[in-house]
Amino acid sequence: MNSFKKNLLKKRYNAERRFQWYGKIAIGLALSFLAVFMFQIFSKGYSAFQKTWIVTEVHYDKELLLIDAESPSKDDLENADYYDVAYKAMTSLDPGLPEEEDRQLIQMVSYKYEAEVKDLLLKNPDYLGKIVPIKLTASDDVDQVHKGNYPRDIPEENRRVNDYQLQIYDMLNERGDILSEFNISFFTSPDSREAELAGIASSFMGTVFSILVCLAFSFPVAVLAAIYLEEFAPKNKFTDFIEVNINNLAAVPSIVFGLLGLGVLLAVFNLPRSTPLVGGITLSLMTLPTIIIAARASLKAVPPSIREAALAMGASNMQTTMHHTVPLSMPGTLSGTIIGLAQALGETAPLILIGMVAFVNTIPGTPVDPAASLPVQIYIWSESAERGFVEKVSACIMVLLAFLILMNLAAQIVRHKFEKKWS
Amino acid sequence: MNLILVTFIILLAFTSYYFGRKKALVIQSSQRLTALPKFYGYYLAAWCAAPALIIFALWSVFEPSIVKTFILQDYTDQNLTKNELQLIYTKVKALAAGTYTGNITNFLDESANKYIQLKGIANSAKVAIILAILIFSLSFAYRSVQKNDRMREPVEIFLKWVLFVASLGAVLVTIGIVFSLLFEAIRFFQAVKIFDFIFGTHWYPAKTFVRDGQPDPELMKDAFGAVPLFAGTFFIAFIAMCVAIPIGLLSGIYLSEYAGRGVRKYAKPIIEILAGIPTVVYGFFAALTVGPFVKEIGNAMGLQVSAESALAAGAVMGVMIIPFISSLSDDVMTAVPQNLRDGSYAMGATKSETVKKVIFPAALPGIVGSILLAVSRAIGETMIVVMASGLAANLTMNPLESTSTITAQIVVILIGDQQFGDPKTQSAFALGISLFIVTLFLNVIALSVVKKYREKYE
Repeated sequence: MNSFKKNLLKKRYNAERRFQWYGKIAIGLALSFLAVFMFQIFSKGYSAFQKTWIVTEVHYDKELLLIDAESPSKDDLENADYYDVAYKAMTSLDPGLPEEEDRQLIQMVSYKYEAEVKDLLLKNPDYLGKIVPIKLTASDDVDQVHKGNYPRDIPEENRRVNDYQLQIYDMLNERGDILSEFNISFFTSPDSREAELAGIASSFMGTVFSILVCLAFSFPVAVLAAIYLEEFAPKNKFTDFIEVNINNLAAVPSIVFGLLGLGVLLAVFNLPRSTPLVGGITLSLMTLPTIIIAARASLKAVPPSIREAALAMGASNMQTTMHHTVPLSMPGTLSGTIIGLAQALGETAPLILIGMVAFVNTIPGTPVDPAASLPVQIYIWSESAERGFVEKVSACIMVLLAFLILMNLAAQIVRHKFEKKWS
Repeated sequence: MNLILVTFIILLAFTSYYFGRKKALVIQSSQRLTALPKFYGYYLAAWCAAPALIIFALWSVFEPSIVKTFILQDYTDQNLTKNELQLIYTKVKALAAGTYTGNITNFLDESANKYIQLKGIANSAKVAIILAILIFSLSFAYRSVQKNDRMREPVEIFLKWVLFVASLGAVLVTIGIVFSLLFEAIRFFQAVKIFDFIFGTHWYPAKTFVRDGQPDPELMKDAFGAVPLFAGTFFIAFIAMCVAIPIGLLSGIYLSEYAGRGVRKYAKPIIEILAGIPTVVYGFFAALTVGPFVKEIGNAMGLQVSAESALAAGAVMGVMIIPFISSLSDDVMTAVPQNLRDGSYAMGATKSETVKKVIFPAALPGIVGSILLAVSRAIGETMIVVMASGLAANLTMNPLESTSTITAQIVVILIGDQQFGDPKTQSAFALGISLFIVTLFLNVIALSVVKKYREKYE
């Protein structure tokens, strides 16, 4: 009997320990998912912040440039023919190469190399007639080889970089003519079909504009609605209905808002497609319930004694609300707003439906110019087959996450710094 | 034009505010004011801006359709269908704007001239009416300022109305969703029988694409069977819940019952980061890392695994959903009154027995609510499926094959240029409304369960 009891107790204690371990393992799993995830993104993405250049020499030969004038003006330089000069700059890397093979060399730099040759001369007009070193953007294949992301030991026919190009690459690398520098153009240039030239400037501006539009539409309406529902609304069927409605709206899938944007904003109101304006309005409909809920919670948190004191001093209901309750609730409302905007920032599906997925290679200057947004850019690039885009996607994700972290930090700071603690 | 008008109204409102306040100060010298001087200003400004802006908004909404009716009156004798009339109207508008590139017939030219004329009349009428209203309402308001009527009450009633209208915003959004979905979906169900949509087992909308002319009704019948999508949606959500429920629930239990203050303070927000990561990022992760990983493991075990498997998408979605379940169930279990725990301990139960036999049953409604919310979230999730689970709608229960979901098909259909009036585009709205109904149903149940539960322990 005694041993039976002891066994039972032992069993129960073992069960207790097991149960605790299950909990620890579950939390460990959740945290390790996060860790693996972050590791994957960072290890793939950090190299996108480096850009590979190939250094060669260019001879700005007046004859090849087809410049006749003795001291050419800016216009002459602008209209000169750079094809031959640029071509010579690349082929001079291996003078022994037969002419019909020269494409192999040209393919090692980005297709915009001619423009790069031109820009250098326009910036330094005194280079005319001289032989000067020049940095050319390496093609994304060479770029990936240089970063070690591209296996060199697979058979040649499966490789995008052939043996000859690898040989040239090795020669240049030994001479120190392959440079790796911080990739400024990733932040300053718009999207491109070529991975080595693609940047996030257009989608970044698109995101900023959409968020501003979203804020402008959703914040005033949401705050006013929250004030009405919390401070003035009579308790009846209709206000109950509004309340249920808001709670349900907060849980409607985001893609449904995309359909709304498509069916109403584009089809009925004829707003311009693919623009941050439409994207921002669509997102604002989505954030509206989130902000209303946050604002109501923080209005509710203002203690009744504040209201009573104001009323006792002879203030009207409206004055009490506008002069005392609302200002005191603002920190909570603002941090809720920032969190709602951060959610909207990561939304992709509704923006795809309203056409923000179009290829845009200009940087938008206003909210009515076509643009992408950062999450949509991630989607566009990740659908692309080229290897160079994988690291771009990861880098873009890092920028997006940094943006989100900043916003959440801002929400925390607003909450902790300005919120009054009532006790 | 519109911009100038609105700016003018707003500027006028500002001036009338200062004017009203000044007037109040003048009145003050002879009689007692009924309110603070600024209310005199608000009163004037509100009377100035509100009527004019309301009329302006109504006008802007109704003007285009009225002009359209006038223009299309000339075409009523030609027996044209609605779509053809729409096309003509678009042409007329383009011609009037000078962007039309097709060949111009006399009739069209006439209509375009009429359009420009009508627009001109409408514009001057608008300006005239708004100016008249401004003068009328301002003089009315100014008279009551002069009479020194009560000023604060009307201003506050006006503000209250503004607040009320704002709170209708959320209702308007819902109405907008329902109507925009219904409008297109009804047109879809005119072309495709609702029975074929709900019970058909073959989804292949691309088949109905026919250049010029109506698609074959026989083809349409077999192309829009949504069963594979419903099945795929619930299947992927099921896989996600298989990952999320055990991990989320156990973490929730551990956080609420076992973890010390320090662990809870840090572990909970860190787990919640998982919910804050954008879904497109999860999609990329699923497509690039998890999908190939699952495939490799499957191949090593001798299984046929597609690179875009339902398993990869579902598992990643499950990870995303963990915090929904863990945080909510943590909250509801923390809310279980302490005396229930104490009673159980007093009977000699261990902690895990208390959790399993007392706290868990007590918190069950709240936990069920949180799981339902998580399911609704999984059903509505789009990007992970679009990027990781393929786009072909296979009717399969094999987690290693690729399946598609309602949301993914909506994206596939509507990405790029859409043509309204095409059954393929409309089918996306039909899918959207079924998604809306399912998630609404889940949300209503979940929210009412959670609400009831909260009331029980408060």
